[in-house]
Amino acid sequence: MTQDDQARTTDAPPADAPSTGAHMPPLERSVVGSVGVALMGAGLRSARPLQKLVLGTVGAGLAAMAATGRNPIATALKIRQSQDGEVLVGDAVTVGRPAAELYAIWRQLENLPQLMTHLQRVEVLDEKRSRWTVKAPTGEVSWDAEITADEPGRRIAWQSLPGAAVENHGEVLFRPAPGNRGTEVVVRLAYRPPAGTAGAIVARLTGEEPAQQLRSDLMRFKREQETGHAPTTEGQTSGRAAKGGEA
Amino acid sequence: MKAIVWQGTNKIGVETVPDPTLLLPTDAIVKITSTAICGSDLHLLDGFIPSMEKGDILGHEFMGEVVEVGREVKKLKVGDRVVVPFNIACGVCDPCRRGLFSACDNSNPNHRMTEAMYGGVSGGGLFGYSHMYGGYAGGQAQYVRVPFADVNPHKIETDLSDEQVLFLTDIFPTGYQAAEQCGIIPGRDVVAVFGAGPVGQFAARSAQLLGAAHVIVIDRVPERLAMAEAAGCQTINYEQDDVLVALREATGGRGPDHVIDAVGMEAHGHGPGALVDTAKQRLRLTFDRITALRWALLSCAKGGTVSMPGVYGGLIDKVPMGAAFAKGLTFKMGQTHTHRYVLPLLARIEARQIDPSFVITHRASLDQAPDLYKTFRDKQGGCIKVVLNPWA
Ligand SMILES: [Zn+2]
Ligand SMILES: [Zn+2]
Repeated sequence: MTQDDQARTTDAPPADAPSTGAHMPPLERSVVGSVGVALMGAGLRSARPLQKLVLGTVGAGLAAMAATGRNPIATALKIRQSQDGEVLVGDAVTVGRPAAELYAIWRQLENLPQLMTHLQRVEVLDEKRSRWTVKAPTGEVSWDAEITADEPGRRIAWQSLPGAAVENHGEVLFRPAPGNRGTEVVVRLAYRPPAGTAGAIVARLTGEEPAQQLRSDLMRFKREQETGHAPTTEGQTSGRAAKGGEA
Repeated sequence: MKAIVWQGTNKIGVETVPDPTLLLPTDAIVKITSTAICGSDLHLLDGFIPSMEKGDILGHEFMGEVVEVGREVKKLKVGDRVVVPFNIACGVCDPCRRGLFSACDNSNPNHRMTEAMYGGVSGGGLFGYSHMYGGYAGGQAQYVRVPFADVNPHKIETDLSDEQVLFLTDIFPTGYQAAEQCGIIPGRDVVAVFGAGPVGQFAARSAQLLGAAHVIVIDRVPERLAMAEAAGCQTINYEQDDVLVALREATGGRGPDHVIDAVGMEAHGHGPGALVDTAKQRLRLTFDRITALRWALLSCAKGGTVSMPGVYGGLIDKVPMGAAFAKGLTFKMGQTHTHRYVLPLLARIEARQIDPSFVITHRASLDQAPDLYKTFRDKQGGCIKVVLNPWA
């Protein structure tokens, strides 16, 4: 990726200036503090050096944040927020296929659960409207959304309809990559997390947060489009299998 | 089948594990006829590469015979004799199409782990080299699963022995790429190689093949230096001589035009820098000890190239960047794009320009491998390169 491309893909979603590091209310402080201490404990107990380092550092950071009432972790974890409290998520991947082809796959909204693993299903209601269902810790959450822009081969944008459990809007851009490298697929999402910033942090740490899911989903999409399969080592042989443990 | 298994830091054992199976229709299963222990396996033994898990099968230098292919495999068939590069490439992504096979976008299932450490970028998968690099089972075993089977294995259709072609999987291309990326001007350039282990030996001989006027090899182990001398290289024992002075003397004060750091992150050496590195590495504050890299930057001639086939893992400080800047050095580094070199180097072997088996000092069965890991690490018994026969 050239520097030029990089500058473009790190653009914030339109019309929402990111701001982070907001002061936390007391409840949020105590929640974040407990998670921090628990993570530090898990880090210290871990036998794996990398895990120890990561959990310990993140845990210590959360605890410090709770103690000071400031939220540098949101910044450190690159959780971006718009001024009115929406969490902004964006990522991009270059896929070695033509834009028209990739656009067509995304435009079949029913396909989306295959591209984005946290989506349970998308039902198309009419020309513009669709019902989205996601897995959540509490069960399933559904909302209705409408397509707000549809430019074949270039862009799809949507917005949740009033009353959605998780208010969100976003867009997917398809633009030709320079030098015959295929298509740059750029996804930008904005959503209002149910428990504020702390909710977004906890979701991030447990791997349930949209930024992480988006990255994994985009990479899997690229791999399936380019090679026909996502690579895997699941089910391969190892010394663990021999002892009846995980394969 | 029998396999060499990582059981924890400094614990490597032979275990009986299930035979590998095809996981994707583009996979093949290879029955391994020869496999080797690589210097970079020692970083796994020592526990300096993060994300190893107990039960992981080691090994990334291996060759053998195809015994099973998935239904989407087109170019390879049962019975083919193959060498298998240590890095796994998909063959179709942008880096692969540019020949940057070790930087494959698509072959590492655990991309997130490396992205978290390396700024959103993950390299391709490697056989038997930690979960950061994909967690693929390695080839110090009787059988191995090879992904992207139309891309990774290279057929060997001559009657050259295993020992003559086995090192096309890693150390020969690794040494060759290190020398090639220096841009040696034949008959003019002097090349210094830090580290006379297997990669250093191949880097030195590759520099000669590419026309270097003079090659100097630096190490401290007498039999390694003797092997380099046998190839016509000048040698410096850094325990007996001041390296920087000796290199100036050998090059009329200019310094070597290109320096190859074939040591990487577990450099020995002395002085305060080396002591600090060692202490920090023990405390896990750093993954890397960088004496060789420091010497490389300090000794290299103006406008020269510092080429780094040695493996580095993490953050490095106390790098003499001022010296590098003042001299206008070029840095070249990275995992080997092995696939690029298999056929051209095979041609050189067939033309008898080089016989890579010169580097082998130990031949053994898989059962002896755990002991040989330690023999190799401690450089006992003149050990430079170990080749294992999984069926002995
Ligand atoms: Zn190796
Ligand atoms: Zn690739």
